[in-house]
Amino acid sequence: MLRDEDRIFTNLYGFESPFLDGAKTRGDWSGTKEILDLGRDKIIELVKESGLRGRGGAGFSTGMKWSFMPKTSNGPVYLVVNADEGEPGTCKDREIMRHDPHKLIEGCLIAGFAIGATATYIYIRGEFYYEAANVQRAIDEAYASGLIGKNACGSGYDHDVYLHLGAGAYICGEETALIESIEGKKGQPRNKPPFPAMAGLYSRPTTVNNVESIAVVPTILRRGASWFAGLGRPKNSGTKLFCISGHVNQPATVEEEMGIPLKELIEKHCGGVRGGWDNLLAIIPGGSSVPLLPKEICDTVLMDFDSLREVRSGLGTAAVIVMDKSTDIVRAIARLSKFYMHESCGQCTPCREGTGWMWRVMERLVKGNARVEEIDMLLDVTKQVEGHTICALGDAAAWPIQGLMRHFRPEVERRILEYRTHAERGVRVAAE
Amino acid sequence: MSAAHSHGPAVAEPTSFEFSAENLEHAKRIIAKYPEGRQQSAVMPLLDLAQRQCGGWLPKVAIDYVAHYLDMAPIRALEVASFYTMYNLKPVGKHFVQVCTTTPCWLRGSDDVLHACEKKLGIKAGQTTPDGQFTVIEVECLGACVNAPMMQIGDDFYEDLTAETTEKVLDALARGEKPTVGPQNGRIRACPSGGPTTLTQSALAAGVKPQN
Repeated sequence: MLRDEDRIFTNLYGFESPFLDGAKTRGDWSGTKEILDLGRDKIIELVKESGLRGRGGAGFSTGMKWSFMPKTSNGPVYLVVNADEGEPGTCKDREIMRHDPHKLIEGCLIAGFAIGATATYIYIRGEFYYEAANVQRAIDEAYASGLIGKNACGSGYDHDVYLHLGAGAYICGEETALIESIEGKKGQPRNKPPFPAMAGLYSRPTTVNNVESIAVVPTILRRGASWFAGLGRPKNSGTKLFCISGHVNQPATVEEEMGIPLKELIEKHCGGVRGGWDNLLAIIPGGSSVPLLPKEICDTVLMDFDSLREVRSGLGTAAVIVMDKSTDIVRAIARLSKFYMHESCGQCTPCREGTGWMWRVMERLVKGNARVEEIDMLLDVTKQVEGHTICALGDAAAWPIQGLMRHFRPEVERRILEYRTHAERGVRVAAE
Repeated sequence: MSAAHSHGPAVAEPTSFEFSAENLEHAKRIIAKYPEGRQQSAVMPLLDLAQRQCGGWLPKVAIDYVAHYLDMAPIRALEVASFYTMYNLKPVGKHFVQVCTTTPCWLRGSDDVLHACEKKLGIKAGQTTPDGQFTVIEVECLGACVNAPMMQIGDDFYEDLTAETTEKVLDALARGEKPTVGPQNGRIRACPSGGPTTLTQSALAAGVKPQN
């Protein structure tokens, strides 16, 4: 188990003040100028060395992403922080924003400096009204103390930080939809290329990073890249916020070492699965879009990017959704299909039409009111949606269904047979 | 079914709208966040201001006003207002109850929460009470999954609900009180309900007993 002294988010539960007084006692804003004095290239090199991979779901190297930004630019360059946190199961950035907002603001300054940005926009989902208020108060404090703004921390570098609130649209968690939204438009993803590093917000070079990715950077640079790289496994390093929801005795958000066994995560921090580990049916290990895992895989799997990819799922946002044996697993996944249908932006035909079609078939499968051949037809449609849309929402709608059929196809078939048997009996009774 | 039930409280579509003096000041501060000539970026926060000023919904005149204020074509502002779910294009009750029913909340009993709302208020999801006090709707994930099931009323999250605590919250609001926001089962925010398993020192300093 991760030692308390190796935790980054030391105010995760809000036992201390989230604001500047509390933040300083937790080490935030200490030696920030010296970090900036390292220079852009050195900071990017250190973040690469730390092995930090993006915490928003895709797991791409953060340092590498920063290195795609142009070295020189005439005019504004932007850092955009994705705080749209909307993937069902995920509520980790919420804790950073309401309890440790200065880690995020200091991260904006350092990351912004490293990519040559003139300003940061933090895009927070509109429902997080109080979280946004805490971040805004932290921004105001940072300005008033000279930590951001003109000559931030006495470094000679100017950097502004602004908040922008969303208004209810999961799709705005997609980076180009988020950029469209800041520009005052519907949140519909853009075709890539051009990638945001070339032409992002207001057609200017832009990097979009998740809240957690940015908020861990100051601590990594203070404690050293090798400290962070030494936690977890190679290429899967560091600490990670996990949000464990569903059928556990004590749902919680907790910071742990990457690569912690899934079973240990649940038993140490969440009081175990409701009714005991043997009562486990399945777990969605990384937010609603990643394929579920049946108990036998959960028994041994490690919680990091590569371990979960090996079992054909993913770490995603590290939102662990636990389902015990009382769960109607088909309904649980059908509800996610409904979510993706609701959240499709409607731009690409395969997603707009496909998400609704998949949901309607899933609803029939919940009851068993289908033919067995329709399972393969449904899987075929998931393949026609996956990879055929501008953004990954189509993929995200396809994967939960694929995971369900991979591991629980016999249950789906059983319902179909049962429904048919009942129907035939019903018809016979009616005819008599 | 009466019109008041299916379409929210009977509020007439206003014929004019303009920002209050306070909101005009606020709007100026918001627009200043964005670069010169990019004032369209302010459309979302300004629609939110307008919605708050109108009592929780956006009449067409308010959308047009915001569009005009930002020098946008009215259709562009309407596109934004109709794309994002937090803008209500029809009137809603004084207490706008949004029950999350996405899988993490559903696993922990969001059906009970929704039914408790419907039973207590005598309306179905999507309807408003005849007195215009409460509107209940079902919504998608609100991002408080470790505190499931939950509902948002106005700006406030009520978490770790049961049918019983849901009714208590609604009762308190009906009495004109402001219930305590956050978890309704006594736990501390996103901390395990039995006490923290990590951050032992700061827990103790805050007078919270860790587990084990």
